[in-house]
Amino acid sequence: MSSAVDQFKEQAEILTHDLRHRAIIQTALGKYEVVRDKSRGAFLDYAAARQAAAETKWEAVNHLDTHLEELVSKLEARGTKVHWAGTGEQARGIISGILRDKKARSIIKSKAMTSEEIHLNHALEQEGYEVVESDLGEYIVQLKHEPPYHIVFPAMHLTRGDIRDLFNRELSINSSDSPEELTMVARRVMRQKYLSADVGFTGGNFAVAETGMISITENEGNARLTAALPKTMVTLLGIEKVLPRLDDLALFLPMLATSGTGQALTCYNTMYGGPRQPGESDGPEEWHVILLDNRRTELLADPEQRDSLHCIRCGACLNVCPIFRNVGGHTYGTTYSGPVGAVITPHLRGLQEWKHLSNASSLCGACTETCPVKIDLAHHLLQNRRNSVRQKASTPWKLGFRAMNFVFNRPSLYALIPKFGRLGQMLHPLVKGTRLDPAYAWTKTRETPQIAPQTFKEWWKERG
Amino acid sequence: MTVTLFIPCFVDLLYPKAGISLVRVLEQLGHRIDFPAELNCCGQPSFNSGYWEEARVAAEPVLQRLKNAEAVVIPSGSCGAMLKVFYPQLFAGTPQEDQARALSAKCWEFSDFLVTKLGVTDLGAHFPHRVTFHDGCHGLRELGLKKGPRALLSKVRGLELVELKEEVCCGFGGTFASKFPMISTAMGEVKCAQAAETGAEYIVSNDSSCLMHIQGLADKQGRKFKTIHLAEVLASR
Repeated sequence: MSSAVDQFKEQAEILTHDLRHRAIIQTALGKYEVVRDKSRGAFLDYAAARQAAAETKWEAVNHLDTHLEELVSKLEARGTKVHWAGTGEQARGIISGILRDKKARSIIKSKAMTSEEIHLNHALEQEGYEVVESDLGEYIVQLKHEPPYHIVFPAMHLTRGDIRDLFNRELSINSSDSPEELTMVARRVMRQKYLSADVGFTGGNFAVAETGMISITENEGNARLTAALPKTMVTLLGIEKVLPRLDDLALFLPMLATSGTGQALTCYNTMYGGPRQPGESDGPEEWHVILLDNRRTELLADPEQRDSLHCIRCGACLNVCPIFRNVGGHTYGTTYSGPVGAVITPHLRGLQEWKHLSNASSLCGACTETCPVKIDLAHHLLQNRRNSVRQKASTPWKLGFRAMNFVFNRPSLYALIPKFGRLGQMLHPLVKGTRLDPAYAWTKTRETPQIAPQTFKEWWKERG
Repeated sequence: MTVTLFIPCFVDLLYPKAGISLVRVLEQLGHRIDFPAELNCCGQPSFNSGYWEEARVAAEPVLQRLKNAEAVVIPSGSCGAMLKVFYPQLFAGTPQEDQARALSAKCWEFSDFLVTKLGVTDLGAHFPHRVTFHDGCHGLRELGLKKGPRALLSKVRGLELVELKEEVCCGFGGTFASKFPMISTAMGEVKCAQAAETGAEYIVSNDSSCLMHIQGLADKQGRKFKTIHLAEVLASR
């Protein structure tokens, strides 16, 4: 099996040449930018709101220990069972244990990137459970046996024609490509699954420490059904999702919607405070909340990049990233793609194996500019590069830069560059654009610039 | 005043007209030029690749030589950002940290120097062409340059500015262009297509490195537009 970097390069080679794919993504994200800007304009002062969101997350993350303790004690006070999972394996073990206890057979899920992070569906299916995704986009990629393409838009790479073909094949039906008809197909399948599911599984967008509540944001109502119908509910979320106060949601719900989908507010925002209480008529009998670390505490221990725990998983940085737009989500081979994925994956899954994601960037900074919680993403990519070199430098690159310093720091040697350069470019046409060309990576698609007949320094010297 | 120029290697070797135009514009305004011809590299290639130790070796002569400068002017947003934004990070925690901060405070990308420091926008230039302006990302997002170049272009006689559809990277990114050529090329194709949509004869930028990438792609694809550095436009008569 090839390494993560080889897979990334192979996929990038394929996807950058897939003009249809690139057009689908550019069109979808172009539309997103229009509505996002409209929603940003609805804030009285978007820049101030963004600053407030960054400061609130800073406070939450820098006092994570006390906020988590408060969250847990408030959750437990209303009968919620809270579990701490240090690793993905532990989280899967806890979930398996709950399913065994409940003698469950089928699980209905609403959207949760944490479950992708711990590869939950695969593990549960191996154990013989039926797992059904109820978010429409997630359901589509589940039918296609693919991971989500994007953390907010899991099926954005598919056209309605693609989805019609998929439904017709996998569900043995004969639907048209009308979005209404396709949605009704998914709804008919899912309604049955909600009723028969033993356990409902959700993620969480925010955890409010002050009141001990989990806030879930969605557009389809599927998370509400997932939480309301099965007798047992399981919620998995990262420890960084905590917010200090209930009032903070007044800022974060519109901020997440604006950055995530461009909406002013998502259609359904629900706060879950506990399992069914005495005298209540609905809700699950039992609620398990699993708080996942999975190396987030390592990021917490890094003062330089701690702010990457501010991330609210809105996907705004993916949407503006010219790398993401041209190579697509699956190319990354990670749960979290785009700029934030390139920053955190080396921390979560190993620097040497995933450093290429931090290298595969022109450092344009569009991510930093758009991030609603002001994560210094582009500079973190630079720091990951520095850290990977510090840990394990590449000898040819190191020697190359040293040789460059040797020449560039000596004016008499530097003065030879234009002379040798002019000679070199006379010979260059012999190999230009072929595999023998030392500049092939450039010349395959680009013409080479020419050394000027008179360099600036030569001009300056002549001028006297 | 005495203006010290920092001329990046690619301007010196490949695009000397940008540097020469800069000298003409500054002299026309009555400033004296100090040019340290022994400086060749700001250290950005090794810095961006993660080789900070090597980057410091490249940057130290720059720190030393520019120590007593009154103002340092750089005809590139990218190298400008290196001196102004990244030197303080590169030298953080070293004995040269204060020196890097002091240099940062007096470094100017040239359009910013003209507009913000000198308060000049009309240089009497004449450039009768339809142009579009490409914002180099380091200039745009590290140095916050956006209005300055447009204020300068608005005073150029005969010039018609048509804005690009998006503020998007051209895909150059230094060593990125050779390490991930397929992604770099795809990004450049998007840029070239948007530039062609404007119907401009010239793509103007304050960064020759972006223009090198755009021109390299445009020539290969047989596109009609040309690229030109902002300083050359401002020195046109």
